[in-house]
Amino acid sequence: MGEQSATFDFKVSVKSTASIVGAKEGKGPLGKYFDIVMEDILAGKESWEKAESEFARLGLDLAVKKAELKNEDIDYVLAGDLLSQSAGATFGALDMKRPFFGVFGACSTIGEALSLGAVLVDGGFAKNVLAGASSHFCAAEKQFRFPLELGTQRPPTSTWTVTGEGAAVLSREGGPPYITAITTGRLVDMGVKDQNNMGAVMAPAACDVISAHFRDFGRTPDYYDAIITGDLGYVGQELLIRLLKNEGYDVSKKHRDCGIEIFDKNTQDTHSGGSGCACAAAAFCGYFYNELKCRKLNKILFVPTGAILNPTSFMQGENIPSVAHAVVIEN
Amino acid sequence: MDDTYIGKEKYKEMVKETAPKSKTTANSFRAFIVGGGICVIGQIIHNLCLSAGAGRDSAGTYTAVVLIFLGCLLTGLGIYDKIGKFAGAGSVVPITGFANSVSAPAIEFKKEGYVLGVGAKIFVVAGPVIVYGTISSIIVGLIYYFTR
Amino acid sequence: MEYIKAFLVGGLICVVGQQLMDRTKLTPARILVLFVSLGCFLGAFGIYEKLVEFAGAGASVPLPGFGYNLYKGVVSEIDKEGFIGILTGGLKATSAGIMAAVFFGFLSALTFDPKEK
Repeated sequence: MGEQSATFDFKVSVKSTASIVGAKEGKGPLGKYFDIVMEDILAGKESWEKAESEFARLGLDLAVKKAELKNEDIDYVLAGDLLSQSAGATFGALDMKRPFFGVFGACSTIGEALSLGAVLVDGGFAKNVLAGASSHFCAAEKQFRFPLELGTQRPPTSTWTVTGEGAAVLSREGGPPYITAITTGRLVDMGVKDQNNMGAVMAPAACDVISAHFRDFGRTPDYYDAIITGDLGYVGQELLIRLLKNEGYDVSKKHRDCGIEIFDKNTQDTHSGGSGCACAAAAFCGYFYNELKCRKLNKILFVPTGAILNPTSFMQGENIPSVAHAVVIEN
Repeated sequence: MDDTYIGKEKYKEMVKETAPKSKTTANSFRAFIVGGGICVIGQIIHNLCLSAGAGRDSAGTYTAVVLIFLGCLLTGLGIYDKIGKFAGAGSVVPITGFANSVSAPAIEFKKEGYVLGVGAKIFVVAGPVIVYGTISSIIVGLIYYFTR
Repeated sequence: MEYIKAFLVGGLICVVGQQLMDRTKLTPARILVLFVSLGCFLGAFGIYEKLVEFAGAGASVPLPGFGYNLYKGVVSEIDKEGFIGILTGGLKATSAGIMAAVFFGFLSALTFDPKEK
């Protein structure tokens, strides 16, 4: 439908969700909405990377259990994370022994997984699809920034990678909320090179997909109870609102951001907010899904945002491109 | 969004406007206090070495070695990164910061093994310092040799 | 008095580093590279020697002091050994620092595990 969108004939039910986070996220404003708060950031494993896979494994398993399904009922697993070759999702889904698609959209991964999952279910290719995304603060720092023990300062525009996993079962059978439409984002490059300001990298991608969504469906921000981006943070939120105003849409009253809501910036020293695959994934699967279930929200546009930071291309002088995917979830 | 909407240049300006500024003055003050403090500790060690009978040059060397030891120890104990968060350049620029930049990757990458993890990654941060330091010394040496 | 001088000069060198970090978005690694090379060249111009005489550890403990030692080593080896001193001098003068960093860095990896922030 339109340029970049698709609507679904079947109601694709978000049958269950599971969210698992670390201790810091557990102490944040959304703490009580998560299924499991893991006090041990190593999750009993011996490295950050293995810990992330453990978070992923527990989250995927729990989502299946909460849907009252067995692993055999899952037709496809769509999962991803930030680590090279999607190691977090790979080792997390290894034991499930179900057909597996690794997906990567940096921090927008859960949006990609939900979009593709809904397509598979609606197209009749699957009855139940398991979608998930994970990230781990320490593993991300180690891969993308510096060793944790290095004494450096974080600039005020920087964000804090969320440790955790969010997973959801999409199903042909099941009650509300439903995924009713998707708008798939384009890759966007607005010339930003600052890897300590991911909000500025991703805001144009969010603007691009949100305005495309409104054009494709002839909707305005008023159609939704909330437009929820993934991890723009405070810096990216301001930019998104200004960019969308430029396009003729005022989202200042409807916009919410998982990165802003998952941490308390005054007490948790997270600067611009939370980030990482698990930021949008865990905030949606924990908090926002719950808000939909108890009808505090009825129509949301969920827009996980991703900055595609490749350390090699970055060092070779390329800009950081970004992408965002919009998923309409309604009761 | 491509250039037709707002344009990269205009967006760059918008980003500049919205980005919160680093608290440069407060940061510099903290860097000053901590950096100066580390140098005073160095001076104390230096004077102790002198009074223990060391020559001026070897006192300097002992001072460097002791500070490097302290830098590695505090890194291992997980204290140096907290000092660094507070002090910024104040704990990066002194030689203890060099020790921190060697010790931190050594510890972080031990999970990848002692040869390809610790051994290969130990200079991942500090390596450039040694490369460009020694190259500078070769350039200066060449100039000195041919002009003395 | 020498402690005050060490404090002031050492502190000011760090302030220069902090200003570079905050205003130019130079990463700490680039600032360290800059400082070491700068120390070496300032040594060659005879400037850093005066600073070390004035401030003691205030000038020798910050990284430009490491660069200054590289310069001192290369000059004294050239005077002693001639041409080959260009290659041997720098590391000779700084060997204790580099060896100590490798050794203690390795020991820290043996002793400690990675910690979360």
